[in-house]
Amino acid sequence: MNTTSEMRMGAADRRRYNLFWFSSPQTFFPLAGRLAPWFAIAAAVLCVAALYVGFLKAPTDAQQGESYRIIFIHVPAAWMSMFLYVIVAFWSAIGLIFNTRLSGMMANAVAPTGAMFTFVALWTGALWGKPTWGAWWVWDARLTSELILLFLYFGYMALHAAIEDPRRADKAAGILAMVGVVNVPIIYFSVKWWNTLHQGASVSLTRAPTMAATMLIGMLLMALGFWMYSIATTLWRARCIVLERERNSDWVADYVRDQR
Amino acid sequence: MNWGSWDNFLAMGGYAFYVWGSYGVTLALIVAEVALLRARKRSIETTLTRTVSARGERGRA
Repeated sequence: MNTTSEMRMGAADRRRYNLFWFSSPQTFFPLAGRLAPWFAIAAAVLCVAALYVGFLKAPTDAQQGESYRIIFIHVPAAWMSMFLYVIVAFWSAIGLIFNTRLSGMMANAVAPTGAMFTFVALWTGALWGKPTWGAWWVWDARLTSELILLFLYFGYMALHAAIEDPRRADKAAGILAMVGVVNVPIIYFSVKWWNTLHQGASVSLTRAPTMAATMLIGMLLMALGFWMYSIATTLWRARCIVLERERNSDWVADYVRDQR
Repeated sequence: MNWGSWDNFLAMGGYAFYVWGSYGVTLALIVAEVALLRARKRSIETTLTRTVSARGERGRA
């Protein structure tokens, strides 16, 4: 009895229930454009809130004085550097399994922001290490594996840029990204597996955090802000990549004509 | 946290270089990334506008 209404369930309804609907660059492009500004606004609000808590609410550290305030960037940036690398590997894997065009573009769009956060983690770490350890840099397991992460990001981007055909570049660089993902648990557990100068985790899922509540809130707010920032820049960069790669398609031509 | 004065706040208990060096470079990188993205978008749109209008004229001729 429902056959007629089921038959009438047109293309629009089927699209809504199809997970792969937004895996087409043409449908993803306007969606990304609509979403990105909201993520950017959320990022700005969260980062300002984090700075407020971090500088005006969080108390001075008993041992490290004010130098510990670097934590509000250092830890969220380090989290993002690992998380975004997993995302690059994830999209690379999806691209290799389903052969979807957008996956490679997404992996490509995430990588520069991930590399930026990796550099920030290393840079703020050096500026924190000097006053607390007396050294800008030491070759301990945590610092070294994070430096390797930065080189993995650079390697991924360089390999991708070196191959002219973007689809082949996605595959080759994607395999590099997937192999390199083994480094992420090494970074995370390095402070447990080896004797490192770098301290162990102050925040973990299994134990109560070993820090004041306001410090923790400031750190989590900044982490959320960085997360939203990463989504906004990824969507913006993905839009550029879509236009660059699909520049000869009819829908891009229509989009360009509509812009004028 | 009560800093008392701007000078105290900026001094960061003697760690001004390390703290502001961290925050300053991070902010600069974020600003640079967003600026580069804007430039990239403008660049591809300029190229596309040129090629599409060239294609359009050829189509009409």
